[in-house]
Amino acid sequence: MSIEWAHVGPTLVAAFLASTVEFVEALTVVLAVGTVRGWRGALAGAGAGLLVLLAMILILGPALTRIPLGPVQLVVGTLLLLFGMRWLRKAILRAAGVIPLHDEAAAFAKETASLSGLGTRDRGWDRVAIAAAFKITMLEGIEVVFIVIAVGAGGQGLLLPAILGALAALIAVVLLGILVHKPLTRIPENQLKFIVGVLLSAFGAFWVGEGIGLTWPRGDWSIPGLIAGFLAAALIAVPVCRKRAA
Amino acid sequence: MGWLGTILREAYGLFVDDGLFAVAILLWLGVTWQILPRLGLPPDLAGIVLFGGLALILLESAVRRSRRP
Repeated sequence: MSIEWAHVGPTLVAAFLASTVEFVEALTVVLAVGTVRGWRGALAGAGAGLLVLLAMILILGPALTRIPLGPVQLVVGTLLLLFGMRWLRKAILRAAGVIPLHDEAAAFAKETASLSGLGTRDRGWDRVAIAAAFKITMLEGIEVVFIVIAVGAGGQGLLLPAILGALAALIAVVLLGILVHKPLTRIPENQLKFIVGVLLSAFGAFWVGEGIGLTWPRGDWSIPGLIAGFLAAALIAVPVCRKRAA
Repeated sequence: MGWLGTILREAYGLFVDDGLFAVAILLWLGVTWQILPRLGLPPDLAGIVLFGGLALILLESAVRRSRRP
């Protein structure tokens, strides 16, 4: 079996970085839930959410690979472009100072205050804690599921590297969470979003092109070219936006 | 039915932040799919045209958002 490194490398990196961003945001809320309402409910809710997400990937991923590749590439590529370019646009605007950066410490403080106002804990399993941790895990995790399936369904043998990238991100964020026991404010979230936006936009453009039957110069090796192209466009956009906003 | 509305809103929000931006991307994909092949461009150029349009849409949308008060 030949491994197409032009696909596998960016797939793994895109899934890892995008999942890291989402898991960091989920960790902030799970930490707030655990701190205010207790760890049993927080971990149970987050664990249940992760199981549901894993089931979604294992059901939807292989199902998509049974559909002919052309239509899948067109649909998934279009969704990936909408998703990736939305992230990239937001990261450009944040880097230019047009919109504020995401602040994990502020999100933690807000969540803690909100949970503190919800009254006393239930005896036994705390339903508020389970529901809050489950909800945030699902909300952030749905994006991970989409990214894993989208970057994994565009070519043969890509689902596994996408799943491995997301799992590596989950393990890394959980270990960091256990280690520092507070929101991961030092993770450069906007830089990650910037890079992920570039990668997902490049994948999306490539697969839409494949889906509509375009010929890419140098075939699969156009993907690094597209990554460089979107990165250049985004790097040009940041100072222009900063100047316009001033 | 509140939960269904929440799920639909979340799903929509995954892909659409600025409506004009999303519509411009979809229109450009439609153009490259339906119109570009009829223009008789060299095959290798079509992918570059697809990328160029997307890059311009990204730049225009980000700059337009920066101007907003």
